[in-house]
This record gives sequence, C-alpha cells and structure tokens, in this order.
Amino acid sequence: MKLGLVVDLDTCVGCHGCATACKQWNTSGTIGPLSDENPYGRDPNGAWLNRIRTYEVDDSPNSKTVNMPLSCMHCEDAACVTVCPTGASYKREEDGIVLVDQDKCMGCNLCSWACPYGARELDPDQGTMKKCTLCVDRIYDEKLPEQERKPACVLTCPTKSRLFGDFDDPDSEVSVAVRERSGKALMPELGYNPTNKYLPPRNKAVVQTYEVDKSVIGTLKSWANRVIAR
Amino acid sequence: MHPAFSVLIFTVASGAGYGLLALLIMGHLMGMTQLQDNTVVLTAGSLSLALITGGLLTSTLHLANPKNAWRAFSRFKTSWLSREAVFAILVYPFALTYLLSSWASEELNLLTQLAGILTLILSMMTLFCTSMIYASLKTIRQWNTSLTPLNYLVLGLMSGSLLLVTVQGLVQGSAAQSLQSLALLLVVLGASVKLIYLFWIGKPAGSTINTATGFTQAKVRLLDAGHTADTFLTNEFGYEAGADKLLRLRAAMLVLAFVVPFILMTLTSTVMMLIAALLALAGLLVERWLFFAEARHVVRLFHGDQAT
Repeated sequence: MKLGLVVDLDTCVGCHGCATACKQWNTSGTIGPLSDENPYGRDPNGAWLNRIRTYEVDDSPNSKTVNMPLSCMHCEDAACVTVCPTGASYKREEDGIVLVDQDKCMGCNLCSWACPYGARELDPDQGTMKKCTLCVDRIYDEKLPEQERKPACVLTCPTKSRLFGDFDDPDSEVSVAVRERSGKALMPELGYNPTNKYLPPRNKAVVQTYEVDKSVIGTLKSWANRVIAR
Repeated sequence: MHPAFSVLIFTVASGAGYGLLALLIMGHLMGMTQLQDNTVVLTAGSLSLALITGGLLTSTLHLANPKNAWRAFSRFKTSWLSREAVFAILVYPFALTYLLSSWASEELNLLTQLAGILTLILSMMTLFCTSMIYASLKTIRQWNTSLTPLNYLVLGLMSGSLLLVTVQGLVQGSAAQSLQSLALLLVVLGASVKLIYLFWIGKPAGSTINTATGFTQAKVRLLDAGHTADTFLTNEFGYEAGADKLLRLRAAMLVLAFVVPFILMTLTSTVMMLIAALLALAGLLVERWLFFAEARHVVRLFHGDQAT
C-alpha cells in the first residue's frame, strides 16, 4: 500500500479548514500535543502539520489565484528518515506513512533541514519534531464508521478538494484523479518521489464574445440601436 | 539558514582540535625532530582534546530534547550525524592511549604508533562526517557540493597547523621552520578553497518557485504566506542578512582568517604566531556564520523567494 493525499488546486478556496482540523485532531492524537508558544499574544508561534499559502500565477489579465496546502508528502525516498541519527523518523513498510517516534526524537532539527516541503516543525514545548501522521490513529480505527476512516483534513474540507487513498491501487479515487487530471508532484527534481500529488487548475470555460462590426454602416447601425433604446 | 551559535562554536573548535591532533600525530610519527619532545606532544594533544570536547559539549546545546542524545549512535548505517557521533566517541580511547603512551616513553613504540595512526584516521573521519551532514542535504544547494567536505577538512587542518606551530614555538622557545611553512601552505590552500566556494555559490542554480509550486510555464508570486507571525519554518530557514552586510563579512572573514594570519606567520616571533592562530579562529567563526547565513533552503521558495 502507498497511502497519500491528492489536493485539487482548482477547487481549494484557501479556508485553512484542513489545517485547523488537523491541529484539533492531532494535538490529542498519537504524536500530540501540538504545542503553541504565546498563543493569545502578539506573535503566536506553534507546531502545525499543514500550512496553506496563496500564490498568483501568471500576470493580469491571465492571472489566477491558487491556494496551496502543504503537508508531509510521505516521500518514497524520504531523506528525513535517512538523516535521522536516533531512528525516531521512520517510514512504515506496510503503507508508506512517514512517522516520528516521539519517545526517540532528540530535537536536532536535521530532518526538517532535509525536507524540501517544510513539512516538519519542532514542537516549541516538547522539543521533538512533529509532522503529518496521515491520521494513522483515525484511518485504521475500526470503532469509527467506515466513511470516517479518513484523515481529519480530508473529512473537513468544505470543497472536497482533498482526496485520500492508496496510490498502489490503479482504480482508487486518488490514482484515477491523478491520471485524469495530470496530477503533479512538487519539486520532482530533488528526487524524493513525493507520494502526494497536486491537481492543476482546470482550464477556464471560454466566454462567448461577439465580433464588433467596425464598418461605417455597422457603426451607424449600432448608433441607431443605442438611440432607439434610449 | 539560521546560524545557531552553538553549531558555529562546535564546528570551528572541534575542526581545529581534530586538525591539530592529526597534524601532531603525523609529524610525531614521521619523526620530526621538534615533535619528539614529550612536552610538545602532551600540550598540543591536551589542547586538541580540550577543543574537541568543548566543541562536542557545545553542540549538544542546540538539541531541543537532549535527554535522547544517546540514541544518536544508533543509525550509523544511514545518518551522517550518527556516524559523526560514533567516530567522535571512538577517537577518545585511541587519543588517550596515544598520549599516555607518549608520556610513558619518550621513544616511539608500537603502541604509540598504532594508537596514533588510528587516532589520526578517526579524527579525519569525524571531521569528514561533520561536513557530510551539510553536504548530503539536497535541499540546500550551497551545501550540497563536494566543496563542503573539502572546506571543512582544509580549514580544520589549517587552524590545527596554526595551533601546532604556536604550541611548539611557545614550549620550545622558537618555532620549527617546517611547521611554519606547513601553516603558511595550509593558509594559502584554505583561502583558495574558500574563494572557489564563494565563486561557486554565486552561480544561480537549483529549484525555483516554479518547480516548487508545479507552475512551470508562468510567473508565480506569493500573495499570502498564511500566517501573521513567525513560524518554525521562517525562523529556521528564513534568515536574511543584507547583501552589503554579507559582503563586508566576507571581506572581514578573508582578512581575519587568511590574510593577517599569513602575514603574522611569516614573522619568527611566537607571540605573533599565537595572535595569528587566535585571529584565524575568529575568522573561521565568521566563515562558519557565513556558511549558514548564505545557505538558502528550498522551503524559502514556498515563502515567496523566486530562486535559491
């Protein structure tokens, strides 16, 4: 199995709902707490496992606003696991989820340096590294109804822009979406083979326009039309 | 990258320590007359161990959860940081054996030679592993180059050679000509390696905001970073020093670490050599600071940088 997420950049509205649901679930999950420093002060700072940034692509009038949530890509060649000196960072054989064993981490930050996606953040209070767990404590929980065995971010997304599934299964929702919408990996040139994929915005429907008749008669006609309309 | 002061002190001090230890053993075992003196060997050896130990202790200061530091020896097969930790600890028994055996008998015996050779190899391995921690990160193009280990090894040996000639000169009253020439040679080599590095990182290359976001056919601009205050990511990777400040510090680094020590080293006065060694160490602290401050992690692309 190769579990991961697909984010639809066409429909994401940048509401930060996924990040908030993630923080809410994971602060009391297996790697919790996700501490904050100065949460109600001027400069709140804390560990988040998902962050949303907004970009403008291309120049006006062809520009498009794109909201891009970024969390752990659960890379196939995860450098964060290789560099870890304590063995706290590991990638699960059975489903490819990359996790941090909170009891082993010494807080040296090296894995966060090795991650190109900014997916790892040091907990300011615990002194250990926190990262997306793909809600490993939800997706296998048989006490939950089957449709709720998904990561918190996927369940909460109001525009259904986040898909969760097995990339090894060619007929899964995620594999089909990536195939049909040409899903992309971010920074593929670094060679980490990220599992998560991003669906680019669809082409906008072409708006019907009309040819304007610029001949003398045409101008006269349109002038007459405007005068009569008044 | 945010230059953590504990890491700057650690890499400069332990680099000088391993360089000093390696050159001392090399000269001693190869039969350099001035280094057959017990006092020189023990003084230089103790100084190197003090520098290494001080550096290693300082390095633990940047750990956020040091109670798990002992686990850092467990991933020798994959992690350069783990390898560094293992080699750093392995140096001690051999270095102590070498020093004790040299202290016990003025003559070079088999134990001294064997322990010495192993200490020499392990010292260089430790220094190499330290540099590979940085050089192995594909996320930072300014570090991900074979120039990084070259820099660490050459600069470690350079500062070590300055300390060795100083210690030898202070103990015996006059500095050995050969050690002085070695120090001069290594200062020139260090300066050349550093200059090559500075030219090399000036060339634009690597990932851009386009490959980071996947929009490779149009201009991409950051509209909103999604947070109003600093985050772990901006604190760790967003370090930004002004271009003129970097330029001034580069000049200061080259003068402090290479030019002035070279001039002072050409004089015969041992006091001048001591000043040269201390200035070089200060210059190398600036060099290490720049090594971090000028390194641009690819996470910066998601925060709006166009290129690294």
